[in-house]
Amino acid sequence: MSIGNALANRSFCVGLIVTSLIALVALVSFVWTPYPVGALDIAGKLKPPSAAHWLGTDHFGRDILSMIMVGSRNSIAVASVSVAIGAGIGVPLGLWGAATGGFVDEVLMRLNDLVFAFPALLSAVMITAVFGPGAINAIIAIGIFNVPVFARVARAAALSLWSREFVIAAGAIGKSPARITRDHILPNLASLLIVQATIQFSLGILAEAGLSYVGLGSQPPMPSWGRMLFEAQTMIGLAPHIALFPGLAIVITVLGFNLLGDGLRDVLDPKFQ
Amino acid sequence: MKSWKLAIAGVAISLVMSSASFAAKTNLVLGIVLEPPHLDPTAGAAAAIDEIVYANIFEGLTRIGPKGNVLPALAESWTQSDDGKVYTFKLHKDVKFHDGTAFDADDVKFSLDRARGDKSTNAQKGLFSAIDTVNVVDPLTVKVALKQPSGDFLYNMGWGDAVIVAPESAGTNKDKPVGTGPFKFDSWAKGSQIVIAKNADYWGKPALLDKATFRVIPDPAAATAALLAGDVQAFPVFPSYETIPQFQVDPRFKVVIGTTEGETVLGMNNKKPPFDNPKVRQAITHAIDRKSLIDGAMFGFGTPIGSFFPPHHPAYVDLTAETAYDPELAKKLMAEAGHPDGFKTTLKLPPPTYARRGGEIIAAELREIGIDAEIIPVEWAQWLDQVFKNKDYAMTIVSHTEPNDLNIFSRDDYYFNYDSTAFKELIKQIDVTSDGAERTELYQQAQKLLAKDVPAAFLFQLPKTGVWDAKIEGLWENGPIQANDLTSVKWLD
Repeated sequence: MSIGNALANRSFCVGLIVTSLIALVALVSFVWTPYPVGALDIAGKLKPPSAAHWLGTDHFGRDILSMIMVGSRNSIAVASVSVAIGAGIGVPLGLWGAATGGFVDEVLMRLNDLVFAFPALLSAVMITAVFGPGAINAIIAIGIFNVPVFARVARAAALSLWSREFVIAAGAIGKSPARITRDHILPNLASLLIVQATIQFSLGILAEAGLSYVGLGSQPPMPSWGRMLFEAQTMIGLAPHIALFPGLAIVITVLGFNLLGDGLRDVLDPKFQ
Repeated sequence: MKSWKLAIAGVAISLVMSSASFAAKTNLVLGIVLEPPHLDPTAGAAAAIDEIVYANIFEGLTRIGPKGNVLPALAESWTQSDDGKVYTFKLHKDVKFHDGTAFDADDVKFSLDRARGDKSTNAQKGLFSAIDTVNVVDPLTVKVALKQPSGDFLYNMGWGDAVIVAPESAGTNKDKPVGTGPFKFDSWAKGSQIVIAKNADYWGKPALLDKATFRVIPDPAAATAALLAGDVQAFPVFPSYETIPQFQVDPRFKVVIGTTEGETVLGMNNKKPPFDNPKVRQAITHAIDRKSLIDGAMFGFGTPIGSFFPPHHPAYVDLTAETAYDPELAKKLMAEAGHPDGFKTTLKLPPPTYARRGGEIIAAELREIGIDAEIIPVEWAQWLDQVFKNKDYAMTIVSHTEPNDLNIFSRDDYYFNYDSTAFKELIKQIDVTSDGAERTELYQQAQKLLAKDVPAAFLFQLPKTGVWDAKIEGLWENGPIQANDLTSVKWLD
C-alpha cells in the first residue's frame, strides 16, 4: 500500500474527508456548540433555518445544529464501542478456532452460526427491551452481533494463512501456535479487519439510530439522531427541516464510512494492486 | 411546494366526495389511542373500557350528560327521603338486556350488591361505600338506603363502574359485554378494532347509527394520516397536538377543543427522601413554568392548574399564582431544605405525549435548580406495576382523568404516599355534606391545602382535542366522564 495509491482511489478520498469532518464536528462539540445543547426556548420553537439558528430549531426551541453536533458524539461512541466489543471478542475466537481446529473450532463456529441466525437489529430491540433502554444496553446489543462477523472474517483468513510457507516455517523452528498467531497471522489480517471494522462501524451508526428511533437507544437529554427523527415525525408537515437535518446527518455519516470501507478494501487488498 | 400540496388536497377531496356523497351514512369509524384490556366496566379501572361501552352498551340507574350533569337512565325517576338517606328509584319498564333477558329491580340489586361485595373486583368500590342496603320493592321499584346522606350518590350511580349488569351475563362481560344500551357488542379483532351495532329492541330513543367501529391507533402520526385519508372519521381525543392547526384550517374537518377531568400532575413519592420534605416539593413546583410546558408539550392546548381540581367546576379556585414559576424562590427553598446543590433522582414517564414531552421539559427546568432527574420511559403495564402498585418511583407524570377524584389524596395506599390528617378530614366532611354552598367552601379549602402541601406538582388540565369529519353531529365537546357517547351521533347529508 502506498499513499499515492490510496489517494488515487476516489471512494477512499471522499470517505476519508467525510469521516474526518464528522470526527472533527464531534470533537469540536466538546468545546463549542452554537447554543448550549440542553437549552429550551419554547417561544422560539420550530423556527426554520436562519442566521441565528443555521439548521433551525426543534419543537422545544432547541438549536438543531447543536443537537446534531452533540448527537454525533453519541453515534460515534455507540458505534465504536460496539465495534470494539465485536472485534475484541470475535477476532480472538476466530483466531483460536483457526489455530486449534477440530472440535474447538467446530463448537466456536456453530455458536457463531447460532448468534448469526438471529436478525441483528431485531435481537438488539429484544435485548434493550428486556434490560431497559439506554446507550449502554444499545452498545452491548449491537456489540454482541458484531462478534460473529469478526470471528468469521478472522477465522477464514487465518485458515488460509496457516497453510502458507512462512507460517509452516515458523512452526518448524518451534514457535507455539499462540506465538505464530500473534507474530505472523494477526499482522497479516490487520488490513482485512480494519476494512471490516469500518463497515461494521457504519452499520453500528445505523443500528443506534434505529434503536433510538423506537425509543430504545440513548435517553434524553442526550441528543440522538434517531430520536430526533422520531420526534420530528409528527411535525414533518409543520416544519420539515427538523426531520431533514438529522436524517441527512445519518445518511452522510453512514455513506462516509461505507465509502471509506470500500476504498480501504480496494487500497489494502493485494489483489487490486 | 404549494402546488403539490394543493394537488394532494385536490385528490383527497375528490376521493372523499366520490365515496361519501350519496345518502347520509349510518356507520362511523372512530379512532381511539388505547385498546381496552377487556370490556367490563365493573371490573377494571382502564378509561379505555368506558370510552367504548359507557352509554352505548351499558347503562346505570343514572347517567352523566355531556355537561357533567346527572340525567335519568334506567331509573326514570327517583325520590329522596326527608333525612336524605333513602332513595327510591322508579325503573323503566319493558327494558331488555341484549341477550333477551328482562331487566328488573332484581338486576339492580344484583349489580349494586355485586359491586360493593367482598369479592367485588370493581375498580371504584368507593362509589358504593355510602350504600347500606338495597331492597327490591316491586319489579320496577328499588329502595337504596344509605349509611349517611351523600351529596354525590346520584352522580356516583352514573359512573361506568356503576352500570347495571344481568346475573346471567355478568361473568362473561369481559369478552362479550351484555347490557341494556342502544348499541350491542358485535365483534372485537384484538389489536385492531371493536365493532358495536345498533340494538333494534332498545327501550328508549333508538340510536341513529347502524354501526360504529372503534379503531385502535396508538401512534400520533398514524392517527393524523388515518383522519386525512378518511379511514377514521372521528378522533374524540386526538393524540397529535401539533397537527391540530392543520385540521383547523381544513373545511372538511371540525376541531373541537373541550375540557376533560384530566388533571395532569408531576407525581412525587411523598415518603421517599428528599420528597418527604415539603420544601423540596414546593421548590419543584416553583421550578416548573406551566406556560412553556403547555406550549412545548401540548402545542398550547391545556389550561394551567394550581391544585387538583378541574377549572370548569363551579367550586374551582385559581391557585396557579400561588405556585407560579419562580426559579429564584425555588433555589431558595432548595437551600432551606438542605439541598443547595440539588440532588439526583429519576422521572418515570408513561407513553402519552403529554408525559414523554412534558417530562423532557420538566427535567430541563429542574436542572436549572440543580435537580438532575434521569428520564426513564416506561410502558403502561410497567407504569401500573412499578409506580401505581408498588410505589417504586421518585417522580412521574400522569393525567388523572376520573371525574370527582379529589379524594385520591386522602387514600392511604395511593401511589403519592401523601398522608395528611387535615386533608382526610376535609374529604370526610365533603362526603357527608349535601348543601351546595357548604360543599363549595370545603372543596376550596381542600384545593388550597393541596396547593400548599403540593403532594404532587399540579401542571395542567388535559384538553379534549376532538377532531372529526365536519358532517358528523352529536359527539361530545367536553369529557365530563370517560365516554364516547354515540347515542345521538349522526351524519348530516
